[in-house]
Amino acid sequence: MTNRHTTLAPATNPATLDPRGGIVRARVLYVTTGVLLGIVFVKSEVLSWYRIQEMFRFHSADMYLVIASALAVAALSVQLLQRLGIRTLDGELIAIRPKEMTPLGTRYWMGGTLFGLGWGLLGACPGPIFALIGAGMTSMFVAMLSALIGTWLYGVFQSRLPH
Amino acid sequence: MMDLLKEPWPWYIAGPLIGLMVPLLLLIGGKPFGISANLRHLCAAAVPSGIPLFTYDWRREGGWNLLFALGILIGGLLAAAVLLPSGYAVAISDATQRDLRALGLHDLSGLIPRELFGWESLASRRGWLTLGLGGFLVGFGARWAGGCTSGHAIFGLSTLQVPSAIAVLGFFAGGLLMTHVLLPFLF
Repeated sequence: MTNRHTTLAPATNPATLDPRGGIVRARVLYVTTGVLLGIVFVKSEVLSWYRIQEMFRFHSADMYLVIASALAVAALSVQLLQRLGIRTLDGELIAIRPKEMTPLGTRYWMGGTLFGLGWGLLGACPGPIFALIGAGMTSMFVAMLSALIGTWLYGVFQSRLPH
Repeated sequence: MMDLLKEPWPWYIAGPLIGLMVPLLLLIGGKPFGISANLRHLCAAAVPSGIPLFTYDWRREGGWNLLFALGILIGGLLAAAVLLPSGYAVAISDATQRDLRALGLHDLSGLIPRELFGWESLASRRGWLTLGLGGFLVGFGARWAGGCTSGHAIFGLSTLQVPSAIAVLGFFAGGLLMTHVLLPFLF
């Protein structure tokens, strides 16, 4: 373990030799992965209000299969990254910060249910909102603004809400 | 090849590609896949108002996430401009079409229904319910639950987190309640 650590010494990492270059590279990659996801959202129609309605009405298995296969691929690759001890492009260890459990999980089921009510109406979660705006559905700006107001008001009432 | 790209992509292409977001973001900079945090970053950038939730260095913490969201927007633009044939309609099942007509929708063309999402819909109650109330609940609920479909349903579940499982049950409970119980009254 110590041996492997020394062979991965920061000096061999291009990002450490040229921190600025590493930052620019990471920025380009974040945008690029986003572009890929935006294209997938459109082409798989998961950003469509129709598809979400179909899902909640159990008229098609497609959306459930999208989620299930996404989960399978994500879970397997996370296992692989961790077992092989793979590091980030900057040579840092990959650490997954656990989501904090609360005594009764109130914030998760209450917030989750509220989110679900909105999802059933709007038919889009935050990712698809961005993709729909890009795809020219400009009224989604109104949805985005409403979501920002919702986020902001949560911030105002945060200390008074059960978590 | 182009014809193939113009067809809708099936679940076994779309699902795995969405799942790949998780290792990609971890590899690039150890970041957790999630999108709704951007709403918090935007609030922190625009109207922090001394609220604790919005008082932090949003550029440092959220810069990567905002770039990711910008990418999603560009991806949506590219796909709609290059990869969607004109007069596009989502091929939903007959059963769903019947249900949506029963809800009072007439035009089931496009990526999303014009009667709910066209600018003219803002003159109607349905339009405000969808874009206004729907958006509000998505924003408020995601922050309360600490994540949305990407952060909880994909990233959280794939890393076996109990809070995410609870949140996802909530997502579906809320969605089913809205679809089957509330929509017929609201629309």
